[in-house]
Amino acid sequence: MLKLYIPCDSVARAVGADQVADALQREAERRQLPLDIQRTSSRGLYWLEPLLECDSAQGRQGFGPVTPDDVPSLLDAFTGEPGEPGEPGGHSLALGPVEDIPYLKTQQRLLFARAGITRPLSLDDYRAHGGFAGLEAAVALDGAEVVAAVLDSGLRGRGGAAFPAGIKWRTVRDAVAGQKYVVCNADEGDSGTFADRMLMEGDPFLLIEGMIIAGLAVGADKGYIYVRSEYPDAIRVLDQAFAIARDAGYLGSDVAGSGQAFDLEVRVGAGAYICGEETALLESIEGKRGIVRAKPPLPALQGLFGLPTLVHNVLTLASVPIIIAKGASFYRDFGMGRSLGTMPFQLAGNIRQGGLVERAFGLTLRELVEGYGGGTASGRPLKAAQVGGPLGAWVPPSHFDTPLDYEAFAAMGAMLGHGGVVVADDTLNMASMARFALQFCAEESCGKCTPCRIGSTRGMEVVDRLIATSDMTERHDQALLLRDLCDTMQYGSLCAMGGMTAYPVASALKYFPADFGLTHTEAAQ
Amino acid sequence: MPDELLHLPVIHRVLARDKDTPGALLPILHAIQHDIGYIPDAAVAEIAHALNLSLAEVHGVISFYHDFRTTPPARHTLRLCRAESCQSRGAEALAAQLREQLALDDHGTSADGAISLRPVYCLGACACSPALELDGQVHARLTPERLRALVNACREDAAC
Ligand SMILES: Cc1cc2nc3c(=O)[nH]c(=O)nc-3n(C[C@H](O)[C@H](O)[C@H](O)COP(=O)(O)O)c2cc1C
Ligand code: SF4
Ligand code: FES
Repeated sequence: MLKLYIPCDSVARAVGADQVADALQREAERRQLPLDIQRTSSRGLYWLEPLLECDSAQGRQGFGPVTPDDVPSLLDAFTGEPGEPGEPGGHSLALGPVEDIPYLKTQQRLLFARAGITRPLSLDDYRAHGGFAGLEAAVALDGAEVVAAVLDSGLRGRGGAAFPAGIKWRTVRDAVAGQKYVVCNADEGDSGTFADRMLMEGDPFLLIEGMIIAGLAVGADKGYIYVRSEYPDAIRVLDQAFAIARDAGYLGSDVAGSGQAFDLEVRVGAGAYICGEETALLESIEGKRGIVRAKPPLPALQGLFGLPTLVHNVLTLASVPIIIAKGASFYRDFGMGRSLGTMPFQLAGNIRQGGLVERAFGLTLRELVEGYGGGTASGRPLKAAQVGGPLGAWVPPSHFDTPLDYEAFAAMGAMLGHGGVVVADDTLNMASMARFALQFCAEESCGKCTPCRIGSTRGMEVVDRLIATSDMTERHDQALLLRDLCDTMQYGSLCAMGGMTAYPVASALKYFPADFGLTHTEAAQ
Repeated sequence: MPDELLHLPVIHRVLARDKDTPGALLPILHAIQHDIGYIPDAAVAEIAHALNLSLAEVHGVISFYHDFRTTPPARHTLRLCRAESCQSRGAEALAAQLREQLALDDHGTSADGAISLRPVYCLGACACSPALELDGQVHARLTPERLRALVNACREDAAC
């Protein structure tokens, strides 16, 4: 029987994967051709989606991007006489063996090892591809040993702040309380990022496994995954995965024979970017407005409902199973400096080959944008890349040789954040983008502190005046005011929402003064 | 008001099921909005009573979150992504096209009651920008023609 694979990922579906699957089914029925279509996760090679795969002696052969119109010729090719199925060399959409596509072949996929290969809700697929090896190892260890492994691995939080994960684990483990929690931050509000979405939709058991290991190690028997409402598919997949995991004894009163209890629940956000900030997120789970809490107290000591809580991003928790399964030293052999392990970078915006690129830290932004991404989709000159979401700096091509490393980015006034890279060509106006950053901050501010709440609105007015005026003195004054405002926001805000809105604004002004009607020297004054 | 009273059984069912959940307010609001389409006024007092909160606290939460509506939505809800990745692929031009085609600002409901517009900041489809969500379904690699066709389809089904 002809066996085909096509993703059920929401974005593959947003570009027509369901229509292709339906067309295949119909055409196969018409031809009375026995056909087995498996709906897998996505490889993350989004520019090739919908990506159809077919078994062959050389592994899976890829075809893409496929439209329903291509289906008859593809089925001809699959069933044609010369060559074996899946080797219809001549088809115009043939990509060859998927694993040999350079974009994929050169990646170092640890977290996304199963991406595009397994069916998201198949426990058998998950186990057959290394799933639960970490949990099995963890159950045989003492919680303190697990925490030590996380510390030794060098894993840092992938949600943005890059705080060493092991230190948080130790703090929560050492806290004395009758009830503790593990909370997964799946708010993924940063534009240009989609790795959390892909992982939850495509490999939910990996996140579940990571959370179970965390719960057992720190002594928490309850976990929440706070998912943004913009991700309905992820919410549905997680709920189904919980039920499957419960039936199989991975969640419940005796987790994987450990004698310890752990269970999970999804909580759905409600369209507030600030609820990605961890304390606002906890407020939101508690049923309140998402207002940022002052720290201390640390959530690790007084978090959800005032109790010790381990809060981590999806990717941080999903990195844990492989660390425990393969050992801390295996993991820390990837990366550079203090940025250890792999990072799933996300290529977005005006890019020819958008998608997910998991690599060890240390490759350059240029390798990512030009090598993997293949430059702009429009074919026009590359102008800048915003790295790390809406609060990240706009980096000009002259700085593209910077290695993707937390410290190297911090040194140039930028950040890696959650690993999103949004590419822009020369038609994107950076003064508009600076204004947008301020507008976004004004709309999404929780309102607790003045520099963020008022400063963002004032900033929009300043940019408007700066662009509108033809009087050079006035323009300089406004530019000066804008820089002052950035400083005030950066140093006077309680959280990074107000604090880091300065990054996109100040970088736009610094590197693209012409978009503000200024010269480089004027902008630098 | 009588219309609102019709919703009471739904509200009571949701409250009976969820009120003892820790941090129940957001799940309750989501469930009511899911079942009724919006959060009717009548729900606020019921929720406040069931959760032992003040009316102001419940109102405060509803108004804080962009997702919660206090009026019935149009037959279709279209959310065009306005965040950076989609902007870099022409989202602003698509937004202008929508405003013109529907004679609306970014937050309005069309006069025929067919479509409510709302901006959204990222749908996680950024590798295939620009993107929108129409009634819960994401469409990516959007073109002006495709957008026009989607809007027309929404309006045509309004005619029948
Ligand atoms: C405005 C703002 C938005 C944030 N949004 C997210 C988010 O969407 N996802 C996330 O994991 N972390 C986000 N963070 C970071 C969290 O506050 C926190 O550092 C993180 O959840 C900790 O997990 P980690 O240690 O795994 O990084 C945000 C922070 C701020 C200030
Ligand atoms: S910086 Fe902004 S979002 Fe953060 S606490 Fe202050 S007002 Fe709230
Ligand atoms: S920025 Fe539009 S989908 Fe992410």
